[in-house]
Amino acid sequence: MATLERARTKAADPRPRGDGSRRPFWTARRRDQLAGYLFIAPQLLGSVLFVLIPLVLVFWYSFHEWNVLAGSFHGVGADNYRALADDPKLPGVLRATAFFSVGLVVLNLSLALALAVLLNQKLRGSIVLRTLFFSPVVVSLVAWTIVWGFLLQKNGGINAGLDLIGVEGPNWLRGETSSMISVVVVQVFKNVGLNMVLFLAALQGVPRELYEAATVDGAGRWRQFLRITVPLISPTILLTSIITVVGSLQVFAQIAVLTQGGPGNSTTVLVYYLYQQAFEFHHFGYGATLSVLLFLIVLVLTVVQWQMRKKWVFHES
Amino acid sequence: MSSSTRHRTRPGRGTLVRGRPVALAAAGLLALTACGGSDGGSGSDGGPVTLRMTIWTGNEEHLKLLNSIAADYRKKNPDVKEIKFDTLPVESYTTALTTQIAGGKAPDLAWIFENSAPDFVASGALAEIEDDEDVLPAAKKLWQHEGKLYAYPFSTSPFGVFVNTDMLKEAGQPAPAELIEQGKWTWEEVAKVGGAVRAETGEAGMVIRDFDYKMWDNLATVWDGWGAEPWSEDGRTCAFDEPEMTEAMTFLHDAIFADEAMPAPGTTADFFAGEAAMTVTQISRASLLDDSFGWDFVPLPEGPAGSYDVIGQAGLGVLGNGDNVEEAVDFLAFMTNEKNSAALGRYFPQARASQLDADTLATSNPQLKPAQLEEVVIGGIENGKVKPTHTNQAELFDAVRAALDPLWKPDADVAKTLQDVCSAIQPQLEK
Repeated sequence: MATLERARTKAADPRPRGDGSRRPFWTARRRDQLAGYLFIAPQLLGSVLFVLIPLVLVFWYSFHEWNVLAGSFHGVGADNYRALADDPKLPGVLRATAFFSVGLVVLNLSLALALAVLLNQKLRGSIVLRTLFFSPVVVSLVAWTIVWGFLLQKNGGINAGLDLIGVEGPNWLRGETSSMISVVVVQVFKNVGLNMVLFLAALQGVPRELYEAATVDGAGRWRQFLRITVPLISPTILLTSIITVVGSLQVFAQIAVLTQGGPGNSTTVLVYYLYQQAFEFHHFGYGATLSVLLFLIVLVLTVVQWQMRKKWVFHES
Repeated sequence: MSSSTRHRTRPGRGTLVRGRPVALAAAGLLALTACGGSDGGSGSDGGPVTLRMTIWTGNEEHLKLLNSIAADYRKKNPDVKEIKFDTLPVESYTTALTTQIAGGKAPDLAWIFENSAPDFVASGALAEIEDDEDVLPAAKKLWQHEGKLYAYPFSTSPFGVFVNTDMLKEAGQPAPAELIEQGKWTWEEVAKVGGAVRAETGEAGMVIRDFDYKMWDNLATVWDGWGAEPWSEDGRTCAFDEPEMTEAMTFLHDAIFADEAMPAPGTTADFFAGEAAMTVTQISRASLLDDSFGWDFVPLPEGPAGSYDVIGQAGLGVLGNGDNVEEAVDFLAFMTNEKNSAALGRYFPQARASQLDADTLATSNPQLKPAQLEEVVIGGIENGKVKPTHTNQAELFDAVRAALDPLWKPDADVAKTLQDVCSAIQPQLEK
């Protein structure tokens, strides 16, 4: 065994040998490295072309004024960033973005966890229910939103259902609060299945004997949930919260289809606003500046969540 | 190529174009990576040319007609190897078009809606085209800049009212034709009839098609009856808070929430599916009619300011920065010549003086009677005012839409809301 180990070490040693002969260039190690680089090359190329370059370009554009129709493109220094600070619409946009994100994250994660806990029980039909709750994830987002748009009309399906139980539903997409709630709920139902599946996988990894021991010690269901389940699935909670927070800050199609930012500007979230500025109002430079702002917000929130894991994530593999 | 055609881009464009090498390089890189390079040959190198025109319609009949005109053109111009009509979704048409321009994939020719006309024409994005004396001056106004024509007014479509005569009969209401005869075809009467239809049948009375409490510029088909304007003629002063507009909007508010003559926000009613008794829309929508109910097409009702006409318009322009500008200008001239205009008039009403008679229009609009053509179409094209337009239209449009939203509630304060609209848009108008 020791002989074999020495032979491997010798083969991997790129230094010239004492007898003056040179080792071949294509060693096994180099071949492995090349294969590794070739495997990641397509993804790397794609990331450079479609992620890194656009990111740098967006930053570059944020220091320019680019009027597509007029064909003008010139540097404006930090003017776009000054405009950002003076934009009277931006505080409302950030409030709407925060409202949407908080609502979505809280509702999505709590509902996903509740569904996962329920469907983790040995219930008849639980597989069917899991499929049912997961199925919206694979439905086209725009198609899903269009259907919900019909359901949420004043004379749509939701209010027809409420009417059956004697409740007069609001005009969901016309009220400033109800429209935002509607967009959040539509998005929660669309994606809750994904987080539910992740939580289910985590729940099934919690050792049964811990619950048995806790039961013997007299701990009730709620205490078991708080003291055993939550800590042991906390890495998954971290993962889902990062994914959901980032996703919530990038919501676009639902707003574009359901409300177009209205009524008023109540559902104009940051991504929709930057789309308007760049592609509808033709202020590409300012749109790029808003993209930089969004990038920084996502970055800060992700870093904060990542740092907070030290305090509340039970363990990491 | 016809030697009679020519194009000129706007003075100063060269300077602007030279000032954005990085953007062009970036756009070029993106276009190259995303789409594999240019979509057609270049006229500049003398090789065969491919022309691409963006349009909003995917209607098979429309495309068949456009392709047949393109085929005729190619027979006479073999150096143009292909003419493609690229359909973009109507709801995001202008955005998609400007995105293509930004990405270095501008089409050679583009359909341009009236609401973005000032931006396209004033910015210098379009190449100058040959003027045509046969086209009515009023129809060309929107597409001219400093006396030169930058897009052909391709579709000049008057607004009128389509009426479901069966539904009115069922509701025990007079047909608009009778009201016209009696001199009672007014918005006040429409509100009464519409409210009665709603009460009797449960269906909608009057629908301002495509308004949907967002596309507020379609309300010009109503407020013009009060002589109202959204802004002053020079576009620099808000007029939403003027008395005429306040009266017009008060009428609309009452018609929606008090009389229930119009569908309330959040409800939809499609006239062409038999869900409404009347709808204000353009004659080009006649193609949506079938034989499922009896119908009529009448002029817009009179308002307190009397009778009036409103037109929706689209222009056809050549993008000045394209590779094949000369060829595109030449094709545009061919596509909109007298013969082809007559054929296109079936779907896209043409504002040519020589074709504005009921007999000529009847051959291309078989669904409409000569009297309807005379009253609504000819009168509308000759006298109609285009829906409101302004430079920086998209931003202005969104600001008005947002500020008008509080109006669409039962207890809205109409005058205050309109004042708020002015507060919101006046800074933009002054830019």
